[in-house]
Amino acid sequence: MHAAPTTRRTFLHGIVAAGLASGIPAMKVEADAPARSRVVYGEDPLLRGFDPGGAIDAKRLLSLLDQAMQRLFQASDPVQPWADIVRPGQRVALKVNALGGRGLSTHPALVDAICTRLQSAGIAARQIVVFDRDTQELARAGFHIAESDGIQCYGTDRAGFTEDLYSYGSVGSRLSRILTERCDVLINLPVLKDHDGAGISMALKNMYGVIHNPNKYHPNGCDPYIADLNLLPEIRARLRLHICDALTACYEGGPAFKPEFTWRPNALIVSQDPVALDTVGWQTIEAKRAEKGLKTLEAEARPPRYLTTAADPDHRLGCHDLRHIDVVRITAHH
Amino acid sequence: MHAKPMEPAIDRAVGADLRAEPLPPLDRRSFLVSATSAGLFCGVRALAPSPILAQASALGQSQDDDRFAVEARFYKKLANRKIQCQLCPRGCTVGDRERGYCGVRENRSGIYYTLVHSRVCAAHIDPIEKKPLFHYLPGTQAFSIATAGCNVNCKFCQNWEISQSRPEQVPADYAPPQRIADLAAQSRCPTIAYTYSEPVVFSEFLMDVADAAHRQGIRSVVVSNGYMQEDALRQAYGKMDAVKIDLKSFSEAFYRNVVTGELKPVLDTLVTLRKMNKWTEIVYLTIPTLNDGSAELRGLAQWIKGNLGPDVPLHFTQFHPEYLLRNLPITAIPILERAREIALAEGLHYVYIGNVPGHPAENTYCPQCKRAVVERFGMEVRHNYLHRGACPYCKQAIPGVWS
Repeated sequence: MHAAPTTRRTFLHGIVAAGLASGIPAMKVEADAPARSRVVYGEDPLLRGFDPGGAIDAKRLLSLLDQAMQRLFQASDPVQPWADIVRPGQRVALKVNALGGRGLSTHPALVDAICTRLQSAGIAARQIVVFDRDTQELARAGFHIAESDGIQCYGTDRAGFTEDLYSYGSVGSRLSRILTERCDVLINLPVLKDHDGAGISMALKNMYGVIHNPNKYHPNGCDPYIADLNLLPEIRARLRLHICDALTACYEGGPAFKPEFTWRPNALIVSQDPVALDTVGWQTIEAKRAEKGLKTLEAEARPPRYLTTAADPDHRLGCHDLRHIDVVRITAHH
Repeated sequence: MHAKPMEPAIDRAVGADLRAEPLPPLDRRSFLVSATSAGLFCGVRALAPSPILAQASALGQSQDDDRFAVEARFYKKLANRKIQCQLCPRGCTVGDRERGYCGVRENRSGIYYTLVHSRVCAAHIDPIEKKPLFHYLPGTQAFSIATAGCNVNCKFCQNWEISQSRPEQVPADYAPPQRIADLAAQSRCPTIAYTYSEPVVFSEFLMDVADAAHRQGIRSVVVSNGYMQEDALRQAYGKMDAVKIDLKSFSEAFYRNVVTGELKPVLDTLVTLRKMNKWTEIVYLTIPTLNDGSAELRGLAQWIKGNLGPDVPLHFTQFHPEYLLRNLPITAIPILERAREIALAEGLHYVYIGNVPGHPAENTYCPQCKRAVVERFGMEVRHNYLHRGACPYCKQAIPGVWS
């Protein structure tokens, strides 16, 4: 019979038992309660005023961001959460998703709000870079391209990719030099959307935008490629926070913008656990699909299988079991 | 991407050749190659954009450079602005604003575009033996071109910097078909070769260049993995005068795990080329422990003889660690010799060893009298004794394209 593999927990238990047997005082071991992931789903029905098609109110958006972040970090003031994840002097990169043009990309207004708070936490404007794979795509999504003073905004096409390959499991890729050379802390700003291959495209899938060969990793619903990619130390060591832009979202026909399949939840989904965030986002999309009379992603043979891989013992990128995720739903108050 | 034979330390850049200017300065790779090879043939190619093809382009080309975007010829439209590619057996279904597996074809509002038409990222004048094609115009030069992209992802790829990149990530020049044909004529090359990366993915460009070249009496050959749908194969490679196929293994598992492709469609391609009466040679990059088993090699030789005949040249070439497969050594020469012996014992007539300059198995031997009829050293033809495509000693016809 094979012995069960040793986990960190069983290893610690073994240490404790050995200590008891030898008379050495044992250290205290916590009970077996699994760690819980936290996801905050914050919405503001009046984010665009009383006109559902209206412009986003920047003040309300900043307030929504603050309230979501404070709940996630259980902080009493709006700057504290940011001070927990960045330090003055660090270079911060914001990875947006600009594939969907103005209709279905990370909103520049959200990026503005985040930059405001980063600066409040002591990050100089010139130390912030907003990026995705291509500068023209960023411009089409409404971002102001800047490479000199102040907050930087440009694509990897301007910075280039590493000469070296970075490899784990099924993935071998060059990485954006913005990630490897101009960033100490990475903040992930995906969009809540359906994806014709992966099922959904949110936090984990958004990292396809930092590699040179994403087209190689779409077979089999992007599984195990998404999980393997997110395990690269160059990504994982920098990634501190995920803020999913669900101000406008897509429940079918993604990842490109198709207005007939978008809706406006006026929400942000915030977490430090990308697997949990994607799991909650998936449920949000499924709920909308059901409301529209569409089949589930499972029935369409494209459930986001990569979530199971991302949570497995070989990856441990987060939690995909809703029973172990604290989903905190808030409606912003003003 | 298909594996390629080794190239000289310093490849002769076409531009420098034509304009009688000094060779461009050595880059780091070329310098290291030169320093370590000391004039010998070595295992690293020197790919670079040609200085002759318009102005050199900077890194980071625009993703939307419309000069290179031409509607693809092998796809069908689906509902919801999706398309299905019909170029290679993957048959990628591609949503709007997305690309296929190859990374060089993009769906723009329901129309599928190749992004590499006239987008040349490498151009060199090579001996035809470098492809390798040993039974096709020996001793002649081939004007050789490539674009970015590939429809597989071999872990041992030697040109992954271009084959596994998107077009906008690789310096390239705008070189439309007539320009390529003119340059080949100016450089007195009887052949244009589509090579280095994977020509399947630039089929439209290849077809247009071949047409332009044929009008000037210049032939075309392609160096390909053969992973292609039959209709596209017949249309695109129907314009070729010779074909070299990289058969990467005789195992579906190897194709699945190491190549990210399938064996069966490649075998089908070889049979189709035979039916099309295209002169075809096969390269088998022999990788220690992965595809060098005697049973596999015997099965390979038996399949070739049974389906293509004994006269198809088969090249066993030496593997060098590269890209994602760096944990295996260079193929020992006895492994290559064993592979050759197995293939000869199964009845194949023309079995070569490649990437081992000076090895006697670089020569062509008459299958009847066993005497050398073409003697080679590396990519150089030392002596060609053939007389009207036949052995000068016993008059045995040697199949190939000799004139």
